[in-house]
Amino acid sequence: MTTIERGALETSFNSLVEQLRAELSPDEQFTLTLTSEQSQFTRFNYAKVRQTGTVSDGTLQLKLMHDQRSSYQEFPFTGDVEIDQRQAQHALDALRQEVPQLPKNSYLVLPSGNATSRESHEGNLLPSDAVPSTILSAVADLDFTGIYSAGLVIRAYADSVGQKHWFATDTYSLDYSLFTAEGQAVKGTIAGNQWNHAAYQTKIDQSREQLKRLADAPKTIGRGQYRTYLAPAAVAELVNILSWGGISEASYQQGGSCFAALRRGEKKLSPKFSLRENFTQGLVPRFNELGEVAPSELPLIVSGELVNMVISSKTAKEYTLVANGATQDEGLRSPELEVGGLPSDRILTELHTGLYVSNLHYLNWSDRPTGRITGMTRYACFWVENGEIVAPIENLRFDDSLYQFWGENLVALTDFQEFIPDVGTYEHRNLGGVLVPGMIVENFTYTL
Amino acid sequence: MITELTHLLSTLDISAEWVGLRATKEVSTARSSRDGRPETNGTSTTQGVMVEVLVNGQIGYGATNSFKPERVREAAAAAYRQAIAASEWTIQKTGLSARPKVVGQYLSPMVKPFDVLTPGEINDVLTKICHGLKQSDKIVKTSATAITTETESWFVSSNGSEVYQKFLRIGTDYSATAQEGAIIQRRSSNGFLAHCYQGGMEYFITPELWNRVQQVGEQALELLSAEECPTETTTLVLSPDQMLLQIHESIGHPLELDRILGDERNYAGGSFVKLQDFGNLVYGSPLMNITFDPTVSGEFASYGFDDTGAPASREYLIKAGVLQRGLGSLESQARSGVAGVACSRASSWNRPPIDRMANLNLESGDQSFDDLIGGIDRGVYMEANRSWSIDDQRHKFQFSCEYAKLIENGKLSKTLRNPNYRGITPQFWNSLVRVGDRSTWQMYGTPFCGKGEPNQCIWVGHGSPVAAFANVEVFGGGA
Repeated sequence: MTTIERGALETSFNSLVEQLRAELSPDEQFTLTLTSEQSQFTRFNYAKVRQTGTVSDGTLQLKLMHDQRSSYQEFPFTGDVEIDQRQAQHALDALRQEVPQLPKNSYLVLPSGNATSRESHEGNLLPSDAVPSTILSAVADLDFTGIYSAGLVIRAYADSVGQKHWFATDTYSLDYSLFTAEGQAVKGTIAGNQWNHAAYQTKIDQSREQLKRLADAPKTIGRGQYRTYLAPAAVAELVNILSWGGISEASYQQGGSCFAALRRGEKKLSPKFSLRENFTQGLVPRFNELGEVAPSELPLIVSGELVNMVISSKTAKEYTLVANGATQDEGLRSPELEVGGLPSDRILTELHTGLYVSNLHYLNWSDRPTGRITGMTRYACFWVENGEIVAPIENLRFDDSLYQFWGENLVALTDFQEFIPDVGTYEHRNLGGVLVPGMIVENFTYTL
Repeated sequence: MITELTHLLSTLDISAEWVGLRATKEVSTARSSRDGRPETNGTSTTQGVMVEVLVNGQIGYGATNSFKPERVREAAAAAYRQAIAASEWTIQKTGLSARPKVVGQYLSPMVKPFDVLTPGEINDVLTKICHGLKQSDKIVKTSATAITTETESWFVSSNGSEVYQKFLRIGTDYSATAQEGAIIQRRSSNGFLAHCYQGGMEYFITPELWNRVQQVGEQALELLSAEECPTETTTLVLSPDQMLLQIHESIGHPLELDRILGDERNYAGGSFVKLQDFGNLVYGSPLMNITFDPTVSGEFASYGFDDTGAPASREYLIKAGVLQRGLGSLESQARSGVAGVACSRASSWNRPPIDRMANLNLESGDQSFDDLIGGIDRGVYMEANRSWSIDDQRHKFQFSCEYAKLIENGKLSKTLRNPNYRGITPQFWNSLVRVGDRSTWQMYGTPFCGKGEPNQCIWVGHGSPVAAFANVEVFGGGA
């Protein structure tokens, strides 16, 4: 892998911060955010390598604020001090040209506070050259497909008032699927910052066992409403969509939140449902684009009652509210859905007859104001009768309201949670994930 | 840059069957206004070099965001090591035919350069759009956005390729959200960021801009008191701004050869289409003619060459309803034995090329809009995508639109809100019963086509006439 020393990257970042602070006029303010990674991506299909390579990338965003006006410039962060300083100077010059031309923004929020932090987690990852043989040797007899992503990820922040945060961590994720000859599949994901080959082998062995359950011919299930167990990975998909027109205060204020009816008291959620932001695991940085640090825990919905929405400083200023450390997009960063009382060995018994859904796929709002979501079942999903798995099913489309499946139709949540890592790599490798239990729902609606 | 890259290529000290360098520099400026106040102003520059190295029939890649020769050489060395480590596990040996020698260039057309308006003037227009959208106090949110992008790419290879391409792209969007109690409706101009084209400010400051702004605001209000879309099986007529999505999800993705070959099964999914279907599968009715056409001037994903250097040309994917060829690169064509197109594209310098859509269009039929609607006793006409979901085989879909009209006795009648429809891809396209003529053909685009591992988001264009489908399930909103 092309590896730039993390120390050199931090040194270059710090030198830019000093350069910008020294350059600034008293009536100017800036924020500087960094997204950077040294990554290996190895992609598999049919237990072979499809594509493999490395990416050395980094992007700085410099935002200049002056006279209630602002604009930003994003430019590459290479770790080469001379190049980065030159590009930062060019960006600052361009912003000084542009910002005076822009209209004033009465809701512009300037950086404030004195927060600083530094976290650096070194991992023990597979040597780059060993990835194909290490991973594929264990699955050579299987129809194995997926991606291994690994390397250093950095998020950093600094501003003109002296705040500075540095978050650097080695991470890896292996996100894979195993397929039967008939096209049925199981999903597996492992992630962390210490490669543990025994844990990998155990995970693959578990997936092999799951794959055996898919050997029977799939059963076609007609449309209708079925009692359904949604495994943690499926629940994670439902929680993730709340970052899109759900829990955001700005979204509520601007007519775009599914929780408006809850907030108006027109709809209710089950007392069994509690959602919070929980940063205590430290998998994602707590600072945001203004250097603000989110509380380690923030209750959002407690026993079905909406107690907080996610509020950025910008939204707080516009609607005269108190911010709670949110990022500007007001999405969930480290969500946790709290457990219930259903033990894992009682899931099938409690489900009795209905559908066991391992994963959901391609969710979207079918009617956001009423909380209606549509999507597909995916991977290992089964028809269950009298507490026994009968057969895998063909994929089904669901279309149901969260006010039903997290409302009066929520039967039980499991007494355990699973961490579902965010393995997304659009533009850069994501961090963190979702901590969720499984759940049993009555009358989950399938439409196609 | 071609000269510098060629020199750099000559200095690489690696023993490979083939080496390619693809440098990219992209400068994108985004400006948006919400409720008449500035929301976003910023410029993003991303640049770097992707080095591909072919060793023992396996391509390895190394990408760096630095143009410094020593960093590019490091990337090349990393690519070489990646290829060596993977070569005994390769899915299929790659030959030089996957990276042919090609020399040429492509430049986007442009009438009005991006800098014909200053940043302040663009903000003024966006503010004025917001004000124009706010037709009443029931409009609770207005927004307007303009994004311009200039992308240059340079490709050189050890077998003599030299390609320069320069893309000038613009995407614009505006919308109004209306609310009355619990009823909330959002209306935009043809769907979120659907106005995506290659060209300049001529696609932003258009002659019809201000009338359209007023219409969008009025229609947002109109939807508040409209009837819910009925639940029934009926004739569905889709406008070109929804055909954009329909073509993309239910034709484009299932025809990608890498999906059919299984590469995407862990993420985006596979396809209901099998390799043996090419040449004989009746995908749709005889009215269905689908072209891959990177030659349409101004369409969002036109280009001269894909990112492996394959020259791009117009090809029929589906002709008179019958599947002809797939969306597959030279590599995928070699793996599958199926004819493809020049569609191996990368979202940026930091991602390897994979099979993608580019411009994918439904060719015109012979009916004017009035004739098409006039021949339908009862149906629903829908405009502008609002929501989309389709399964991993691209089979069972459910889409919803912003705005609809009931069709009664050959005429558009009542306005309908929350229009949704669902279907299964082959049945749906085989129920294509009417296709509009060239006067109804419009082209749109989107910068949000996602697939690949690592993930890649890329720009695509889709042109279509208005089209009618028989016996489709439509329904409204509500819990």
